[in-house]
Amino acid sequence: MSGTWQAARLVVERDLRLAFRNRGQLLHPLLFFAIVATLFPLALSPEPSRLRDVAPGVLWIGALLASLLAVEFLYREDAQDGTLEQFALSGRSLTWLLFAKTATHWLLSGLPLALMSPIAAYALAVPPAALPGIVAAVSIGTIALSLLGAVSAALTIGIRRGGALLSLLTLPLAVPLLIFGAQATARAIEGSDMAAPLYFLAAFAVLGVTLAPLAAAAAVRISLE
Amino acid sequence: MLRGLSFDVEGGQYLEVTGSNGAGKTSLLRTIVGLVYAESGQVTWNGLGIHADARAYHAQLAWLGHESPLKADLTPAENLRFALGIRRRVAAAEIAGALTEVGADGFADRPVRTLSAGQRRRVALAGVMLAAVPLWVLDEPQTHLDSAGQGLVGRLIERQIAAGGIVVAAVHAPLPVPEAGTRRIGLSSK
Repeated sequence: MSGTWQAARLVVERDLRLAFRNRGQLLHPLLFFAIVATLFPLALSPEPSRLRDVAPGVLWIGALLASLLAVEFLYREDAQDGTLEQFALSGRSLTWLLFAKTATHWLLSGLPLALMSPIAAYALAVPPAALPGIVAAVSIGTIALSLLGAVSAALTIGIRRGGALLSLLTLPLAVPLLIFGAQATARAIEGSDMAAPLYFLAAFAVLGVTLAPLAAAAAVRISLE
Repeated sequence: MLRGLSFDVEGGQYLEVTGSNGAGKTSLLRTIVGLVYAESGQVTWNGLGIHADARAYHAQLAWLGHESPLKADLTPAENLRFALGIRRRVAAAEIAGALTEVGADGFADRPVRTLSAGQRRRVALAGVMLAAVPLWVLDEPQTHLDSAGQGLVGRLIERQIAAGGIVVAAVHAPLPVPEAGTRRIGLSSK
């Protein structure tokens, strides 16, 4: 058992180290998110009441597209250089190793998005009282998005320029997250109870944690055949 | 793709698979390690089908494909620490020793992206050695290597079979290994 933990810890450490040696790739989705959020006031109107109305939608569409950008790179290198083969033949559970990879991916893409969402929300004239609720919603929502993206990314490993297909696969399945995430954010802005949509996001995340790594491992195995 | 193939390899034997391009050497090797399922027939390890307990089987084998499975942004030492650490606990001194043995000590701390394909191959071979498992399955282990490197591959294989291990390798040209304990299979397309 300790060997299994050790393996997961090393996968996490390796991906963190690789990410910090290649920081541009990390910043790209974050910049995208920041730019989307700050362009809206310019295009729409600087009037706070109007911005506040569109803020939930803008934030969640921005977060959704930014995490799609990030997930494209999840397995690409590992598939090309044979690391996935080595994972599959390591004698460890491939499901578990891919779960560690996905968790690291969330730490490097979802969590920064969640931490940046107050800045984006501020640009959209969201009242400061709503910011903690927004961070919570985006954190939970991006966990589910990372896991969903991990399955789609695994399914598109063997495909050249799989990016477009990846979006087509992921976006329809991400619609419930968009709806409930935006709902939670709207309620946070109104100052009303946001528990119900947050619970739904959390349920989606838990479902992802239990099923997505299994599905991703099966898809990776097929891609290696 | 492959038909009418039946063989067994025992501890202390080296099986050399030869054949022209496209004859199915890589497919055979990938079937042996269990990445690919055979349409009919089966691969067994210690009398048991390899897919019965795939994880236990994989824990006993080291696979080296066409590509050297290394991360360009990490150094050879880091690469081996992460790749081997997933399988077993491995000390830094052990990794340094293996890198010296394959002649990679001179560039152990340089990012892999700055290394030549032959240098990468040497690092990948150090990884196979460090896995410390009975079965090695190598797909063209000598690609990109100079003549000294070819000799190195031969020595590593010789030592592995002397220790009672098994090596299965697909090659274009025969490797410099002693005839005793070596078996050859030639694949031909039609």
